[in-house]
Amino acid sequence: MATATHPERAGPGEGPGATALPAISLERISKTYRSGGEAVAAVRELDLRVEKGEFFSLLGPSGCGKTTTMRVIAGFEDPTTGTVRLHGDDVTQVPPHRRDVNMVFQSYALFPHMTVFDNVAFGLRRKGVAREELNRRVGEALELVELAGRGRTRPGRLSGGQQQRVALARALVNRPSALLLDEPLGALDLKLRQAMQIELKRIQRDVGITFVYVTHDQGEALTMSDRIAVMNEGRVEQLGTPAEVYEHPATRFTAGFIGTSNLLSGEVADTGGGVTAIEVAGAGRVLAAGGAQAGGFPAGVRVDVTVRPEKVAIARAEPRGDLVRLRGTVTEVVYLGSATHYTVKLGNGAEIVVFQQNSSDAVGAAERGDTVWVSWRPEHSSVLTN
Amino acid sequence: MAATTAAEAAPGRRPAGRRGRLAPYLLVLPGWLWLAVFFVAPIASVVSMSLMTGSLTAGFTFTFETANYTRALGLYWEQILRSLAYGGLATLLCIALGYPVAYWIAFHGGAYKSTYLLLVLLPFFVSFVLRTVSWGFILADNGIVLGTLKDLGVLPGDAGVLNSAPAVVFGLAYNFLPFMVLPIYAVLERMDHRVVEAAHDLYAGRLQAFARVVLPMSLPGVFAGVIMTFIPTSADYVNATILGGTHNTMVGKVIETQYLVNNAYPLAAAITVVLMAVLLAGIFAYARALGTEQVMEVQAG
Repeated sequence: MATATHPERAGPGEGPGATALPAISLERISKTYRSGGEAVAAVRELDLRVEKGEFFSLLGPSGCGKTTTMRVIAGFEDPTTGTVRLHGDDVTQVPPHRRDVNMVFQSYALFPHMTVFDNVAFGLRRKGVAREELNRRVGEALELVELAGRGRTRPGRLSGGQQQRVALARALVNRPSALLLDEPLGALDLKLRQAMQIELKRIQRDVGITFVYVTHDQGEALTMSDRIAVMNEGRVEQLGTPAEVYEHPATRFTAGFIGTSNLLSGEVADTGGGVTAIEVAGAGRVLAAGGAQAGGFPAGVRVDVTVRPEKVAIARAEPRGDLVRLRGTVTEVVYLGSATHYTVKLGNGAEIVVFQQNSSDAVGAAERGDTVWVSWRPEHSSVLTN
Repeated sequence: MAATTAAEAAPGRRPAGRRGRLAPYLLVLPGWLWLAVFFVAPIASVVSMSLMTGSLTAGFTFTFETANYTRALGLYWEQILRSLAYGGLATLLCIALGYPVAYWIAFHGGAYKSTYLLLVLLPFFVSFVLRTVSWGFILADNGIVLGTLKDLGVLPGDAGVLNSAPAVVFGLAYNFLPFMVLPIYAVLERMDHRVVEAAHDLYAGRLQAFARVVLPMSLPGVFAGVIMTFIPTSADYVNATILGGTHNTMVGKVIETQYLVNNAYPLAAAITVVLMAVLLAGIFAYARALGTEQVMEVQAG
């Protein structure tokens, strides 16, 4: 049963050919629950590869299957179908305590009856690490999370942020081939959360361990991740670097879930030269250019096109150049100090939100009731596939 | 000086006045009264009775008669020790039987947890004495169990269970099992299951996770269960009377006889005080051995 893997397997980067294998790969993973006689699919035919040393985030709303996916990797859930591989080894049937991954739980799940030291030493003791090495490694781990000297304290006497760091140390001390983090910052207040984001990223860089990070917080995912898998209804909607996912959302879900998006519906009028022209009835023509937008949409197909508010410029005079230009009326102006948010109503009734930095020449670009031009470069348009 | 200014500077506190300051005391008053009437008064009367002399007909007078205690210990040390032994054995049996039951209901009971708990409590719907008498019939030399086994030739014809120490311990364990199951269940049921998962995640197999995490975290429940079974089983006299016969008398029976048959109230009271003192000392020693932190603090964490 447990022949496929070994809990004491060599750490990352050891052995020939190991670099080619992804740290984690999920092959056509499905997980179906029975709920009141009804089958509910939490994860549907998921394929995922997490590379060694990567900070990989599973981002999505609650119920999107991200936590189930993580629990399948950890071994707490048996997938209904599919294969889980760690460094190429099939571990689908291997129980959690024989898998070389460790988890940081959302509620930390520290052992309340043990001291901080014993909590952190728990995994090493189960693996039979000799006392001297154990003391050294636990000490190092506590130092890494800046809790040296708190070893004799019980977790109940620590603050939320400190407990969080104990949970992190308890997992990291085992030097797993991958660390799974289930919304680990969810219970912390905003300031601490932001500090811990930077801290987590630093620790990940220092130890070089693969991190799989589950979160519903797009800011967290964008800040820390090397790559993000945006999940929805048990599937991966989009996979890419934070910039790719943010700048060029591929689906309507991603566009709506990450950041603020302006959404316009129209019909493909023309494709050619890497540019797709979309006719938005009552508003004008929107061009989308470059990258994934470069075509493949036959004329006449109805599509949505989206643009981020900070990419849009607002002006009273018609702008020049190769820009998407639409005319509308300012319905709302919100002054935020460093920036101003405008809402512009187009001819077809659709609204475009514009974020404009308050640089010296941009202040007072428009007022409520003004007729204005909104414009952006065609490569900032994203055509959505569904 | 500074205190006066501070008090004056806090105008919100002033209108509350004297009644406001008394309010918390008035609120705990019913609790204190309850303890005074139903705990302090009976104990005080038992202790004072244990130091009296006299008879039911002539009346009892307080003479600080410590001879009651020397008699109690001198005459009945054997019954006291036997009671503690039977109570202790019954408590151990309750842990051995009750812990797995509580564990199974808490972790594998699923949607039927309350049903299983009801089943555990179901015997309580029948009177304590009646249940014990029933066991007398069941375990009788020619009763359902032994009779059948004898007819089948499994047991020799003169085999018997009744009137023996095992019968008493078994009866005690049977009667007080729910008091062990419930507190252990309460602790296990509240336990964050992710803590157990964390143990598995940190390379602990099922046995290790149980021994290192579940069991230590459930000790407060076991402690409560031990108190709730050890005290009443040690003081019980019904089981010993019905299932134990004359050779296995427990101290509860002695107290009953001295009180209701011989009307030797002071002696009965002295034995009672001795029993209470021994039990209290035992409980404190047990709490010390477990560590007060284990008993009191785990839940807070």
